[in-house]
Amino acid sequence: MELLAFGKTGWGDELFYATLMTIAVSITAMLVGFFFALIFTPLKLSKYKTLNLVGNFYTTVIRGVPELLVIYLFFFGGSGAIMYVASIFGYYEYIEINAFITGSMAIGIISGAYSTEVFRGAIQSIDKGQFEAAKVLGINKFGQFYKIILPQMLRLAIPNLSNVWQITLKDTSLISVTGLVEIMRQSYIAAGSTRDPLFFYSFAAVLYLLLTYISMRLINKLEIKYSRGY
Amino acid sequence: MDFDLMITSFPKLLGATVVTLKLLSASLFFGLFLGLFFAILRLNKNIFINKFAYGYSYIFRGTPLLVQIFIIYFGLGQIEYLRTTFLWVILKEPYWCAIIAFTLNTGAYTSEILRSAFQTIKPGIIEAGKSLGISNKIIFYKIQIPIAIRQSLPAYGNEIILMMKGTSLASTVTLMDLTGVAKYIISTTFKPIEVFIVAGGIYLFMTFIIHNVIKYLEKKYSFQQ
Repeated sequence: MELLAFGKTGWGDELFYATLMTIAVSITAMLVGFFFALIFTPLKLSKYKTLNLVGNFYTTVIRGVPELLVIYLFFFGGSGAIMYVASIFGYYEYIEINAFITGSMAIGIISGAYSTEVFRGAIQSIDKGQFEAAKVLGINKFGQFYKIILPQMLRLAIPNLSNVWQITLKDTSLISVTGLVEIMRQSYIAAGSTRDPLFFYSFAAVLYLLLTYISMRLINKLEIKYSRGY
Repeated sequence: MDFDLMITSFPKLLGATVVTLKLLSASLFFGLFLGLFFAILRLNKNIFINKFAYGYSYIFRGTPLLVQIFIIYFGLGQIEYLRTTFLWVILKEPYWCAIIAFTLNTGAYTSEILRSAFQTIKPGIIEAGKSLGISNKIIFYKIQIPIAIRQSLPAYGNEIILMMKGTSLASTVTLMDLTGVAKYIISTTFKPIEVFIVAGGIYLFMTFIIHNVIKYLEKKYSFQQ
């Protein structure tokens, strides 16, 4: 137990901050994922073949390639790509990107591919009559989406989005390979300096279980809220 | 684009794909038995057996695969007693540690897939078997299991693809699988995009094959209309 003490003697406070970091990365990645889903879901649902192709390419590649490989691409290629873009604008200094940004971008793009599929499925399962009725009532495009489609879509999407959240949360453990100090990285450091890997990795497992358990409880509440009236 | 690098790294990556496939097939093979075993435990009426099987799948589905590998590879070696038993022969090899971790992980997911497949079997089918005087054991092996396997094919196909991606984590415990070799080439040449295209292409090709094999099996074993 003294291994987990707060302060200089134990690893309690370090692991606490690492847990906050995991939560922060997961939430950022999930939001980045929503952003990507917002772009690619319309592409997948579009009636133009070329746009469909772009949307399908994104979801197929990201869901077919290991997360770790995507993270390595971002970790080794991220600053190179940014520097290339900067060089077009006449900036030639070395640019280093923060591990947090690289990590949440990489996980975000992965999570976005899953979210895109969830949104696509949810929109497709809304009755066609709803779209038509909204049009007939003369509601503008903006109102159609925000007032009619989105509330119905969310109800259908939340159970699947909760799976995406679980996947995203667990994927953040892979960012530890880039050196960002989240739960896994902190456990690795603690295990190395105390020579007690069994304890620290098991404790990391408990922390992840706790996070998944708490988020499940919260999501269940959301689910109940959005399925009012059904 | 450095096409020379893409061409020269292709045979190396292809060689590493063999390691990935070995890890995948071994863990799927053992995981299927483990999953079936725990799915049967989940259907047991005894609350302790039931809860035990639920706890197993909850823990392995609720924690990242990386943690599981690290506990088995770095953690178990710490127990002095284990080092004296024959288990140590297996546990000191990263290859077997990875397979054990993958097996336990895929076993948890497979048990959930099979359990829900068993639960969707209509009671009428089992009752029909009973009224024909077929023994419980034969009903289970000849009626319930084949239907459950057919029911769970689509979900199990996804699990195979997820597991294939999961084997990339073997590279974190010093195994040189496809991702491990890709990382090595990237870190020596600093050309991530080229290597990503080749390695990612190989992974996508495997996903494509698995997807189509499952689709074929689904069609072949679909219920006659």
